[in-house]
Amino acid sequence: MRYGYYPGCSLERSSAPYDVSTRAVADRLGLMLEEIDDWNCCGATEYVTLHKTAAYALVGRNLALAQAQLGRGDGRAPSLVAPCSACFLNLGKVDHAMAEHPEVERAVNGSLGAGGLRYDPGALAVRHLLEVIVNDVGLGKVCGQVKAPLQALRVAPYYGCLLTRPEIPGHTHDDPEQPTSLDELLKALGCEVVDFPLKTHCCGGHMTQISAATAYSLLYRLLRSAHEYRADVIAVACPMCQLNLDAYQGAVNKEYGTDFQLPVLYFTQLMGLAFGLPAEELGLGREFVSPEAALAKVGVATPRVAEPAAKPAAKRKKGEQALPMPVKRAARKRQRATS
Amino acid sequence: MNHPRASTAPVRLLERVAADTPGGERLKLCLQCGTCGGSCPSGPDMDQTPRALFALLMDGDDQAVLRSNAPWYCVSCYHCTVRCPQAIPITDVMYALRRASVRAGLADDTDAPDFSETFIGYVEKYGRSFELGLATRYHLTHSPLQKIGHGPMALGMMFKDRLGLRPARIKGLSQLKAILAKAKHMEEAQGALRILPGLQPRT
Repeated sequence: MRYGYYPGCSLERSSAPYDVSTRAVADRLGLMLEEIDDWNCCGATEYVTLHKTAAYALVGRNLALAQAQLGRGDGRAPSLVAPCSACFLNLGKVDHAMAEHPEVERAVNGSLGAGGLRYDPGALAVRHLLEVIVNDVGLGKVCGQVKAPLQALRVAPYYGCLLTRPEIPGHTHDDPEQPTSLDELLKALGCEVVDFPLKTHCCGGHMTQISAATAYSLLYRLLRSAHEYRADVIAVACPMCQLNLDAYQGAVNKEYGTDFQLPVLYFTQLMGLAFGLPAEELGLGREFVSPEAALAKVGVATPRVAEPAAKPAAKRKKGEQALPMPVKRAARKRQRATS
Repeated sequence: MNHPRASTAPVRLLERVAADTPGGERLKLCLQCGTCGGSCPSGPDMDQTPRALFALLMDGDDQAVLRSNAPWYCVSCYHCTVRCPQAIPITDVMYALRRASVRAGLADDTDAPDFSETFIGYVEKYGRSFELGLATRYHLTHSPLQKIGHGPMALGMMFKDRLGLRPARIKGLSQLKAILAKAKHMEEAQGALRILPGLQPRT
């Protein structure tokens, strides 16, 4: 079975830990993820706000590139796997709309033709990474890889919205409001899974940028509920959910006079830890809310990635590049090349 | 390039939105049950609940619909969509209403179109989104004094190595640009960019 991999823009930078941990875990499970060459942004929720046909065509280019790269598969449509819920929805939605509505198919392929591309609806099975791991790899195989069960860890499984909603026939594999796949996966890792009542409520999406008060009220509800259920960690399967819950947790605390300290980790990071992979290889340590106390419960030391502002300057040697960022990036590239 | 000109006869917003949304014809089956509004997490911020908005739309009060803030407060959670007993693609209808409102020049109470435009600008220029560019360009031009609180967060992103200083760029940029230009041309030919007759932008 061939799996095309569409990481999406967030996983390139702000959610790089999701990408790193996905690749590490897939490697361990023998899941061969083949990145789609020269993929472009899926448009998130922004493109379709101003243009419809162009938004569909933007996604269409990715589908066409993936179809060309993955071919026909062995009888079954090859899978195109997205770890980001928004990318997953956009890819699946356009594929489905093209299949169901001839005018959409004509518009998308008419546009793609200008770039010498074409997509045949149904040629790919658009799937979310979580679903592929649960249904194709299987929980049995996941269990078989668990070397260090995360027994003491209370985890709130957070699905957010776009992983299960809207229901797209053939693409959505879990209940839109009461999904269980992430619960089951986390249990397979040994976690103590919290029966999180707000597991499919919204994190606010882009509202942090448009109307912060709206976003903070939604985030507050999620954090309060996870806190009341004594979760040590919130597990997520979407970069937007991670960013909102993690990076804006301080702002929510300020707004509501609370002191939530709930680390928000990708389910792939928790898988990696349970598989006994080193925390450094899972991109841990880049969170705003430190997972240090939570991970100490399962005997994992959180790597220190973030450097205080003054430190890199003090360490700099004569003649070395002034900015710390490119140095770090080069170091990571080297690390990737050797691993 | 020649393309068929759309008729200039007035088209009701309901018809346009139905045509501009895959499956949007189902909008006409709305029962006014209110499940959408009851399911909406940002409903309290809206001047019209989705149900009330659809009643206005059905009634032909296009002006009121296009001036409503409801589509702009939609967080795209799709709770309404999966719960609607008539299977109306409500979230997608909200997107169509956003587009119609921008085209009519009536989306002037929200920064959201500018945010989308900035985002789209980077996608069209590089083929990928560019978070740092988006954050700086959008926030510096939209009430920057209110956004001072974002500063530490942005710095945090930087020090945690979660914000790229330079955008990633795809190889097939000219291909992507040709595709998007064609798509926009087709959209225009369908009359989607025309301002609805009888609606004037607020001055």
